[in-house]
Amino acid sequence: LRRPGLPGVPEATAGDKAELSEARAGRRRRAAAPSPAPTGCGAAIVPRPSRPAGRARSQRRVPWRRRRRSSPARPRSAAGTAGRDCIPRRAPRPPRRGPGAPPRPAAGRPAALALVTLLSFASRFHRLREPPHVCWDETHFGKMGSYYINRTFFFDVHPPLGKMLIGLAGYLSGYDGTFPFQKPGDRYEQHNYVGMRGFCAFLGSCLVPFAYLTVLELSKSLPAALLTAFILIFDTGCITLSQYILLDPILMFFLMGAVLSMVKCNSCADRPFSASWWFWLSLTGVSLAGAMGVKFVGLFVVLLVGLNTIYDLWDLLGNLSLSLVMFGKHLLARVLCLIVLPLALYTAVFAVHFAVLNRSGPGDGFFSSAFQSQLIGNNLHNVSIPEHLAYGSVVTMKNLRMAGGYLHSHWHLYPEGIGARQQQVTAYLHKDLNNLWIIKKHDSDTDLSDPSGPVEFVRHGDIIRLEHKETSRNLHSHQHEAPLTRKHFQVTGYGINGTGDSNDFWRIEVAGRRTGELIKVLRSQVRLTHVATGCILGSSGKTLPKWGWEQVEVTCTPYLKETPNSLWNFEDHINPKLPNISLDVLKPSFAEILLESHMVMIRGNSGLKPKDNEVTSKPWHWPINYQGLRFSGVNETDYRVYLLGNPVIWWLNLVTIGLYLLITVATAVALKRGVQLTSELKELSRVVLHAGGQITLGWLLHYLPFFMMGRVLYFHHYFPAMLFSSMLTGITWDALLKFCAGLLSPSTTARRVYGGGFLALVLLILYSFYLFHPLSYGMIGPLASNPSSPMAGLRWMDSWEF
Amino acid sequence: MLGFLKEPVVVTAKINVSLVALTVMGLINRLWGLCYPRAVVFDEVYYGQFVSLYMKRIFFVDDSGPPFGHMLLALGGYLGGFDGNFLWNRIGAEYSMNVPVWSLRLLPALAGAFCVPLAYQILVELHFSHCAALGAALLILLENSLITQSRFMLLESILIFFILLAVLSYLKFYNLQKHSAFSGSWWFWLLLTGVACSCAVGVKYMGLFTYMLLLATAGLHFWHMIGDQNLSNVSLLCHFLARGLALIIIPMGLYLSFFYVHLALLYRSGPHDQIMTSAFQASLEGGLARITQGQPLEVAYGSQITLRNVLGKPMQCWLHSHTNTYPIRYENGRGSSHQQQVTCYPFKDVNNWWIVKDPGMQQLVVSNPPRPVRHGHIVQLVHGITTRYLNTHDVAAPLSPHSQEVSCYIDYNISMPAQNLWRVEIVNRESDTDVWKTILSEVRFVHVNTSALSGASLPEWGYRQLEVVGEKLSKGYHQSMVWNVEEHRYGKSQEQKEREVELHSPTQMDISKNLSFMAKFTELQWKILTLKNEDTEHKYSSSALDWITMDTNIAYWLHPTSGAQIHLLGNVATWASANAAALVYLCLSLWYLLRRRRKIYDIPEDAWQLWVSAGGICGGGWAVNYLPFFLMEKTLFLYHYLPAVTFQILLIPVVLQHLSDHLCRSVLLKSMFSALTVAWFSSVYFVYCTFSPVTYGQPALSLPQLKALRWKDTWNILIRKQ
Repeated sequence: LRRPGLPGVPEATAGDKAELSEARAGRRRRAAAPSPAPTGCGAAIVPRPSRPAGRARSQRRVPWRRRRRSSPARPRSAAGTAGRDCIPRRAPRPPRRGPGAPPRPAAGRPAALALVTLLSFASRFHRLREPPHVCWDETHFGKMGSYYINRTFFFDVHPPLGKMLIGLAGYLSGYDGTFPFQKPGDRYEQHNYVGMRGFCAFLGSCLVPFAYLTVLELSKSLPAALLTAFILIFDTGCITLSQYILLDPILMFFLMGAVLSMVKCNSCADRPFSASWWFWLSLTGVSLAGAMGVKFVGLFVVLLVGLNTIYDLWDLLGNLSLSLVMFGKHLLARVLCLIVLPLALYTAVFAVHFAVLNRSGPGDGFFSSAFQSQLIGNNLHNVSIPEHLAYGSVVTMKNLRMAGGYLHSHWHLYPEGIGARQQQVTAYLHKDLNNLWIIKKHDSDTDLSDPSGPVEFVRHGDIIRLEHKETSRNLHSHQHEAPLTRKHFQVTGYGINGTGDSNDFWRIEVAGRRTGELIKVLRSQVRLTHVATGCILGSSGKTLPKWGWEQVEVTCTPYLKETPNSLWNFEDHINPKLPNISLDVLKPSFAEILLESHMVMIRGNSGLKPKDNEVTSKPWHWPINYQGLRFSGVNETDYRVYLLGNPVIWWLNLVTIGLYLLITVATAVALKRGVQLTSELKELSRVVLHAGGQITLGWLLHYLPFFMMGRVLYFHHYFPAMLFSSMLTGITWDALLKFCAGLLSPSTTARRVYGGGFLALVLLILYSFYLFHPLSYGMIGPLASNPSSPMAGLRWMDSWEF
Repeated sequence: MLGFLKEPVVVTAKINVSLVALTVMGLINRLWGLCYPRAVVFDEVYYGQFVSLYMKRIFFVDDSGPPFGHMLLALGGYLGGFDGNFLWNRIGAEYSMNVPVWSLRLLPALAGAFCVPLAYQILVELHFSHCAALGAALLILLENSLITQSRFMLLESILIFFILLAVLSYLKFYNLQKHSAFSGSWWFWLLLTGVACSCAVGVKYMGLFTYMLLLATAGLHFWHMIGDQNLSNVSLLCHFLARGLALIIIPMGLYLSFFYVHLALLYRSGPHDQIMTSAFQASLEGGLARITQGQPLEVAYGSQITLRNVLGKPMQCWLHSHTNTYPIRYENGRGSSHQQQVTCYPFKDVNNWWIVKDPGMQQLVVSNPPRPVRHGHIVQLVHGITTRYLNTHDVAAPLSPHSQEVSCYIDYNISMPAQNLWRVEIVNRESDTDVWKTILSEVRFVHVNTSALSGASLPEWGYRQLEVVGEKLSKGYHQSMVWNVEEHRYGKSQEQKEREVELHSPTQMDISKNLSFMAKFTELQWKILTLKNEDTEHKYSSSALDWITMDTNIAYWLHPTSGAQIHLLGNVATWASANAAALVYLCLSLWYLLRRRRKIYDIPEDAWQLWVSAGGICGGGWAVNYLPFFLMEKTLFLYHYLPAVTFQILLIPVVLQHLSDHLCRSVLLKSMFSALTVAWFSSVYFVYCTFSPVTYGQPALSLPQLKALRWKDTWNILIRKQ
């Protein structure tokens, strides 16, 4: 068997420097390959890039990509041309390379691609069934896949595409959605889980060829692409993350797909509006929609593609040979493929999501009453209730903040020392008889339930009294501090059989309405202002301690701000004197549902705050591979899987980022100082600055924002950035080795340095994988902290817990 | 000999009269009636307490920013002879006679006044006309919000002053660059840039934004210099080093020196001590230092110690035990070991004393010579009063069921063996054989049998003390797992009775420990950055989006009887035109940029350069001082926007001059434009006059007048109920 890394090497190191640059130039990039410096004439003579007629102006200024647009028919000036006489000529000559030379990379590349793909699939599908129990977040995402199969509505902080695909994979592979996925460690027994895992592993395996092709396209160097591929194939972290039912392989698949098609599309820039150009452009759009549809982190790749597109358009705008109409076409094509198409697909994903999930389930409470009326099995589904609120009505009130809960009271008093010792008023998330309140007039206590009496509607601005139906106490507030939010006032239940005092009076107002209007069930957003103190009834969202049955605190806030915390709507409404109407009139439009579900998701995401004493993962831990995640198993007898990057690879990546920065600064300063470079150095600097720059931008976009996030962070959030970092490693080391080889100009030494360096890197990666592979493929036996464990010597950092 | 007398002595001075006039007007405008109101106005109640603490030399920690601003305010108090005796407890309280109100408010007012000539100079240095510069200065002069903010003991005006000074000196430096690099004035302005930047950062961390902007600008300019082939590599290197020195090294040094002065001034212990570590507290006079003076340094077997949790959150507490046991069953039905409770107790108590015991020996006294405990040693901890051993075992802790319960072991003879061996791990050791030192060492106790650590968390159900648990897995280093010895003495009594007496007696001390300045600095800096006040809601807090349109105001002060009041309220005309100017600038720039890309040049190249550099400074200054607030989660107030709005105001004359120079082609248009500008300017003046009663707090306005001032429904003008 040939060593996987070698096919490209003989090409690159076969000849002298001139040949090296030839081989890299490949077949497509003909125009960009400048005539190489002849060995016989010394470095002082720098070949001028030859320019085709008619493109002179744009040729001089624009970066490399535009140059490739120039006519592909233009023959390259070959090594032999310059070698003959020292004056670089414009006179074209056919390339002198033997007919055997160009086909070799052509034949080698598909073979390399096939090899890389094969290795990738083999490493991801190896021991896929193990462990046969629920691992880590499978408990969430597997469960949500089951929800799709059962068509039960649920709530999650991520958009639905990833879980939909998992559900689909499960459905197609014969999983029936009956496994409860209760907690990590539950055995699957007879349930078919391999289909879902296999689907994720398939997508995870695709990452490697994607990265390979991306790097190949960017750097035109087979060794760079191979190095990247090996890094990703043999990284234990990437393997582990791809083997389970998780959203990450799906996200990364779309993400890398978007990057690959963006790069491919850039390479097609010399043939705009050709079929392949359209194909790659629209594929970029589709991938973007996919990435956004799986997790909101997909936004970062949207940013990357967006920045790239803006740069591209800016470039086109500066090209005066392009008419404004043509530019308009370019602009339109991009708007169509990169904005309209993804948005449409993204919306479609949500449409399918809501169409599939039409049964009431655990996610109901997070959504508004109007939304709940859509779900089969919800008590608001297909009911009919009176529309306008009247005195004597029995109602429940729901807070408008996310997961706000119903206004609730019960036969328990606030404990000693916490405000006045009166009956508790809380917000409660579940439906309960204690949520019922009767609306009464503030000044009269006549029995309004008399069916013959006249109906009197409640109007905006009325002063009312709310009597708790079960305990007959009035909703009451006074200037005692609230139990948890000390700056707010306490809300209590007060009075006996509906007789209280003037602190029981509340003014009812509809947000954004005028006096005298009627109040509608479900649709009106209502504010209750306490008449005596002027504060507003609200729910702070904080959970009360044990004495309050861990329900949510209700307070009266003196700060008159319009927040969902202080807005309520009426959900149940019972009044025998009024005619019932069907709630179908409330049916929210698709746009409203879309907006609401996004609000709920965003609030849910920002609600994932770390608790005070919890030890959380910090973004700076990630690139140094500081701490992994335990996927499965704790004890010695368990089958243990630990998500941790291959430390050799990760530290290589980390060092490379620093190295890359140094190289970039040096190159940029050298170029700015006007140092004359030889042609292959120019090509190298192009790869370093442009290709490396694009990848680095991707890494930054996928890493830096995490420093500003307040939510709980985990180690696996770094993996998208890690993909970019690995690609950067491939590009940088290839460029560095080429540069070193170029310094030692006798060809044999150069070849040895280049080949040797490359081989050393590959061997290092392979050996480290051999050492660390039990992390992904499972360990049984004593823990690594135990000296008798085979992994004991590998616990290089105290923070690793395998 | 007296030859010089033969010639007349001539001094020629060039005085820019308008600049002098502007300064004088600024001074009048900001200093007029500075002592009124003679009462605590808004955040004076907050900064005032720090001024008092400076006067009394008592240590404090303020998480709102570094100490330079507070020190400047205190300087005012020092010059006015303030003795620090005033109770800063509520807004509106009358000042007593010993408070030098005028000198306390003088420095911010002066800083605010000097912003006016600074604005003028900045526009001149940006190569704009005298008229534009005059306009900018007048707009700053007539900006009500800046006036209000600079007339009281608040930090924003000082911050804005330093920010503008930094910008001005950078521009001066840059303009000198072309002709006279490395000249005296070149150095002066370069160094002044660095100094002003560090002062701005030292006043409030917001200053960092402008500092970053200037660094970026300097980097960009230097990048252009790299491309200049006329400069040799050596001179380029010199330029680079000079900038590095002046813009990075010196500001950092100055920033450190602020803290040095701060720590040198405040040497007495005070109310904020408890946030700091014991070592820090011991370096302050009074407080802990009085207790810890003269304790033996090295902890030895037999030592009697109290153990304090290093984290100090949610409150400082000491490892504690008492004779009460854990309830057999908790309310939720889980069982416990029913052994003696171990808690973390926030008060000093005789039950906080523990004795370090060698597991191999029975004695509880220090041998002679003492055998010090080192890193990695196995010890037992004996509770002083009850003589029970600190123990942990595989029983769920009372409130955190995922952790192990920590108890003092009682032998019930129920085959639950004692597991009371602990390994001492000194976290901040320098070598592996370090001795465990009082106060200085931070220690983890790793349980030998189950490899557990102890950490503190959660309020406890029983005596409202804090729960102590054994954390099963070493999830890295966390401060809540680390303890240090605070009080310490060598035990002498072998008998239990005598020992109790000994424990009750006060400790005797004699050495004081001094932390190095850098250690103190890092600790204090870290505390300032990480100390988080609980999310507070404030009546006048606002969101960043409200600021552009000035939807909210802040009521600073209300006269107890008359309707006189002071509000932070901007000049509506200025704010609106500043927004318009920013918008026009953005649109025009985009237009020019796109056209230039197609090689259509609407304006001459030098005008374009002028336009870009002015926009970069003024527009960029606005953006960097405003946009970051959208990412912040703290409570925000309108006054956070003032630095940004200052930059935005500077953009108005830039845009106006550009419009008149390049877009008004005919003479008629030009004169019409000038007329419009004058009309607009008078409207600015009119608004200033209209709102000056609520800016200066006098004269008192009647009810209808107040109501008439409420131009926006969202403004909160205080109207007293009759």
